[in-house]
Amino acid sequence: MNIPMTKNSLIRTFTLICSITFLGAVSYGQDKPIKKDLKITSIPKNINNPYMVIQSGGAMDACKELGAEGKVVGPSETGASAQVPYINTAITQHQNALLIAANDPNALVPYLKKAMSQKITVVTLDSDTAPEGRNVFINQASSEGIGQSLVQTLAKEIGNSGDFAILSATPNATNQNTWIKYMQEELKKPDYKDMKLVKIAYGNDEDQKSFTETQGLLQAYPNLKGIISPTSVGIAAAARYISTSPYKGKVALTGLGTPNQLREFVKDGTIKEFELWNPADVGYLAAYAAAQIASGNIQGKEGETFAAGKLGNRTVGKDGVVLLGPPTVFNADNIDKFNF
Amino acid sequence: MAGGQGWLNVLLRSREGSLVLLIAVMTVLTTSLNPRFISPQSLKDLMLNVSIIALLVLGQTVIILMRQIDLSISSIVGITAFLSGSLFINHPGIPGMVVVLIAILAGLLLGAVNATLIAWGRIPALITTLGTLYIFRGANYAWVHGRQVNAVNVPASFLAIGTSTFAGIPFLTWIVLVLLVVFAIGLRQYMVGREFYAIGSNPNAAVLAGINVSRRLATGFLVSGAIAGLAGALWLARFGTVDATAAEGIELTVITSTVVGGVAITGGVGTVVGAVLGALLLSVFSSTLVFLRVPSFWQQSFQGAMLLLAIAADAYLAHRYALRLRVKWSHV
Amino acid sequence: MLAVLVLIAIVGGMLLNKDFPTVDNWSNLLANFVEIALMALPLSLIVITNEIDLSVASMLGLSSSLLGFLWAYKLAMPLAIVICLVVGALCGALNGFLVVRFRLPSLAVTIGTLALFRGFAYIILGDKAVADFPPEYAEFGLGNVPFTFIPSPFVLFIVLALIFWVLLHHTTVGRSIYAIGGNQTAARFSGVNISRLKMLLFIASGVISALAGIVFTFRFSSSRADNGTGFELSAIAAVFLGGVTVQGGKGTVTGVVLSLLLIGIINNVLTLADVASEILRIVTGSLLIISILLPNLIAATQERFRLMQRQREITTLGGASAAK
Repeated sequence: MNIPMTKNSLIRTFTLICSITFLGAVSYGQDKPIKKDLKITSIPKNINNPYMVIQSGGAMDACKELGAEGKVVGPSETGASAQVPYINTAITQHQNALLIAANDPNALVPYLKKAMSQKITVVTLDSDTAPEGRNVFINQASSEGIGQSLVQTLAKEIGNSGDFAILSATPNATNQNTWIKYMQEELKKPDYKDMKLVKIAYGNDEDQKSFTETQGLLQAYPNLKGIISPTSVGIAAAARYISTSPYKGKVALTGLGTPNQLREFVKDGTIKEFELWNPADVGYLAAYAAAQIASGNIQGKEGETFAAGKLGNRTVGKDGVVLLGPPTVFNADNIDKFNF
Repeated sequence: MAGGQGWLNVLLRSREGSLVLLIAVMTVLTTSLNPRFISPQSLKDLMLNVSIIALLVLGQTVIILMRQIDLSISSIVGITAFLSGSLFINHPGIPGMVVVLIAILAGLLLGAVNATLIAWGRIPALITTLGTLYIFRGANYAWVHGRQVNAVNVPASFLAIGTSTFAGIPFLTWIVLVLLVVFAIGLRQYMVGREFYAIGSNPNAAVLAGINVSRRLATGFLVSGAIAGLAGALWLARFGTVDATAAEGIELTVITSTVVGGVAITGGVGTVVGAVLGALLLSVFSSTLVFLRVPSFWQQSFQGAMLLLAIAADAYLAHRYALRLRVKWSHV
Repeated sequence: MLAVLVLIAIVGGMLLNKDFPTVDNWSNLLANFVEIALMALPLSLIVITNEIDLSVASMLGLSSSLLGFLWAYKLAMPLAIVICLVVGALCGALNGFLVVRFRLPSLAVTIGTLALFRGFAYIILGDKAVADFPPEYAEFGLGNVPFTFIPSPFVLFIVLALIFWVLLHHTTVGRSIYAIGGNQTAARFSGVNISRLKMLLFIASGVISALAGIVFTFRFSSSRADNGTGFELSAIAAVFLGGVTVQGGKGTVTGVVLSLLLIGIINNVLTLADVASEILRIVTGSLLIISILLPNLIAATQERFRLMQRQREITTLGGASAAK
């Protein structure tokens, strides 16, 4: 049947269709409401870790904003099995979502899968598990980016040549090993052909062990020109040792650390530059992602976007990874602006 | 009598002498391979590393001499270290001496818990101190809960204990050396000291000899607690950063050092000088492994093997000595 | 008394949390301490003979690392398991040799082997971890016995507990073990072959710790050098709480099993109630101390009461005879 269309009505219809589509697109996934009174459990690597405390704090702030019931529980040790009782407890307590910084990429997967089969949303943050064990992973920054930028920073400070070492956390930490892997990849580039990684030392995220490991590095390798420490405990301990030793200013130190701990060492010249993100933001984003998935608004598939409170809209990337953003570089110029 | 033996022989026969010899040999070997081993910085590092362990060893020696054991020292150090830091944070301007005294007092109180349970409650030391290891560490975690003390919170003058030197030796080490002399003299020359040995050698005989065993046991654990309290304050001075896990696991190193130093775990034998030399030996050994670039993953095995060798050597020497005594007195 | 405590704990758990008596929860509860429970069995026998073995957790770690290592090199799983058990036996034999042959104090020896064996685990695996184990073994580690809530690995514990119970309480070997603990010299003169028995006990501890390591690896599909670090303290706490005394010569398998159950239940109840893990530590430590303090206090009070009775008797007798 032919409906006579005047030019005006054509335009009107066209505009109507466009607006409906536009409104539909805008509202889909952006403004869908988040369920109230969601029960969210956050399991850090271990509960006495100051970095984890900041991160969990961010998650709890988000829970408050969301009207969700959040809590932080966890083990005192960082062994592969230590978090399992807490995962099981969350299942027994019929929680809606689980935020977890994994101590082991594989050991927890069967238990997390059980949680997911009971309709519990699982979001990993800081340290990932194998992808089948979680819905999404909140990565503080691109792992590749972290590895590359740390090597670049150190290279700049030691003139692209010389021996250097890495002071890591525990030997099995997923995030540490991922970053180290990307550092080693970056080192293969011709720019760094005169730089050699002589040792990876493990401070186990313990202050005194990191301190003595730094000593060991400087004693065993007289030609050491620099140290990269991608762990806040490690870099703080190393900085403290170097700044009271004759190596200050002679051995470059960079890595990932918190401004409050490293401020005096930037000021006294032990460290020129280091980077980090705000751990609280990682926790905050994780809580929002979990709430959105638990409310059924997104499923954690690549390409989906969701609202994350004060952090704006976020997109899920490949393999269910959500990036917080590029790390902030701290140096003498900007270090006084931050307080964490 | 073993007459005609020169002082060199006596020295070598003694436990302390053989320890000094071992340390000397290790030092010479390592220096020849890596001269940085005796550079001023690495010597200073070595002295600082040993100092806190050596301090704890003093207290543990008294305990082990009496055939007891104190596993809870690591938790006491953890608590007093954080306590010292909190005092500086919450009461800016507080003098360092006051903080140290409060730390010692806190250690004394915690040691008193051990002393009461062991001397009065008659609970074996192994179980008591295992229990208090758990309880004190749990309380420490609950109190600290993810916070930490940073070097920036501690006055520079206090941190200087851990870094400045006097005649080339750090202040921290001087403190330990003075206490070593006090303990050595106390255990050797004074009645109290001899009674500790007696209790360890033969507890029943000690009772019959009129020694107030309960009181001596209590004293021992009080001393161990006070020493651990002091060690906590010095820990803060040395490392500057204290969190909930400070000093965790150190009790095994302390006990190992004491046993390597010739203090028999069965009690009644050994000296504080030997025990401190034992701590020094283990530290030098660790340093040696680092300087020789032994892969980190091998170090724990080496240290375990070291302890086993030390106690095997100890037993062998004791056996030979007993045999010699038997031969000597066989005419009786 | 332990049985009473266990009952109280169960009742308390049911009152505190409606999810406590569920099948799933009990399955988790039992699975949680399987490795510690396994290690505690031979350990209690060793402590009865007045020795101790602090290296059990390190043997667990070594066995776990070795299993992962061998599996990563494509060795058949049954063969790898056997090799791990044999290595466990050898470790136990080293402990036994040093204690029995060289007559070294077991406390010091096992502190040394604690470091030695854990060090071996690190030498084998370093910072690597092995993860993809064959599904049928992972199934065993995670699954329950069909139609029940009992975790499959727990069955191992039940079987071994029964064996040890029979051994300790109904055989001459068991009597010899008590004899050695009670009075070693008397035992020797009674014809007990102390050296051989102690050696066998240490070897048993090695084999069972290795078994615990294998169970752990399958339960978590993770072979890491640091697996089981610190477990020895929990095992020892359970043994002492179970009534085995430091001086040796006393203690029962039932006691140790009950104490393991008690600690497991308390851990479970407190975790369900979101109590922080630090409080769990305090509770375990306090339980350990109270379990010995209380009987001591009761015995002391009874003794004082008896003394007062005698005093009164003497004075009344004296008074009566004086009045005559």
